[in-house]
Amino acid sequence: MTSVKIVVAGSFGVGKTTFVGSVSEIMPLTTEAAITPASRRLDDRSRTPDKATTTVAMDFGRVTLEAGLILYLFGAPGQHRFWFMWDDLIHGAIGAVVLVDTRRLLDSFPAVDYFESRRLPFIVAVNGFHGDFPHEIPDVREALTISPQVPMIKCDARQRASTNQALTTLVEHALAMKLKRQVAS
Amino acid sequence: MSVPSHDKWVPRGEDRDPPPDGDELPEDDGDFLVRPYTVTQGRTEPRYQLEIEAMVASAHYDAPDLSQLSPECQAILRFCRNWQSVAEISAVLRMPLGVARILIADLAVEGLVRVQQPNHAQGGPDVKLLERVLSGLRRL
Repeated sequence: MTSVKIVVAGSFGVGKTTFVGSVSEIMPLTTEAAITPASRRLDDRSRTPDKATTTVAMDFGRVTLEAGLILYLFGAPGQHRFWFMWDDLIHGAIGAVVLVDTRRLLDSFPAVDYFESRRLPFIVAVNGFHGDFPHEIPDVREALTISPQVPMIKCDARQRASTNQALTTLVEHALAMKLKRQVAS
Repeated sequence: MSVPSHDKWVPRGEDRDPPPDGDELPEDDGDFLVRPYTVTQGRTEPRYQLEIEAMVASAHYDAPDLSQLSPECQAILRFCRNWQSVAEISAVLRMPLGVARILIADLAVEGLVRVQQPNHAQGGPDVKLLERVLSGLRRL
């Protein structure tokens, strides 16, 4: 039994849970991690564990790809102050899909910066609401200063075919990056 | 502890209205917030670090006396008759991720569960696994 994971990132309200739910074979579940401001992992490292602490919820879904292979999709917590928990979440991940809302482009900068700094394969999926894409991909790429190597696609987080396409694009990109590194070494 | 079914999903995150101060905090479940680590006897560190997507299954053995185990551990063993991820154990059995990690590691050390940790020595799944994932996605 093998499991893999992909992280879905994006600001609050951009459609992470919708994205996950569109392709998940189960209704999205929620795992909660108890944290304190000083802790650096998803699970609590506090020395006073019985004190009431902040919890952070992460929605996730599951896709059985073949009999012995399961893909988990985790919606990353959106708020900036939970960034330090992301290291745990992305550890060993295939990569990330950064969902972007063109009405709030600047909200996506931190996620893009983070994945670039961690050298985690990621793609940008521009989420169109009601099939409406007011900006063209090249314009969004320029506005977000996304490197040309990073795949960027349009996406409708409600549609399984569209979200599946985003996942496929990410895995192809991760594969290409891995093969490139192998050739280089 | 009864095992909640997957159907009892309470919308979280973006499906709820945002809290008025803009913070992304779920509603307090008073019970477990007060005593999440009581079940682990105050420990906050698991014996080894489980990935959130690590898979867990109850080990086949000749029915030892499970009554000595905590209700939470018994619930994990019942739930994991089929393979479940650490995340699903945390979500469905309604225990914080850190608590689930500690209890599962305890059960693994006792030989009561099998754990399949992703093995990514070089960082992330290897080429062969990525190709399997890709094939699987294309078949959906």
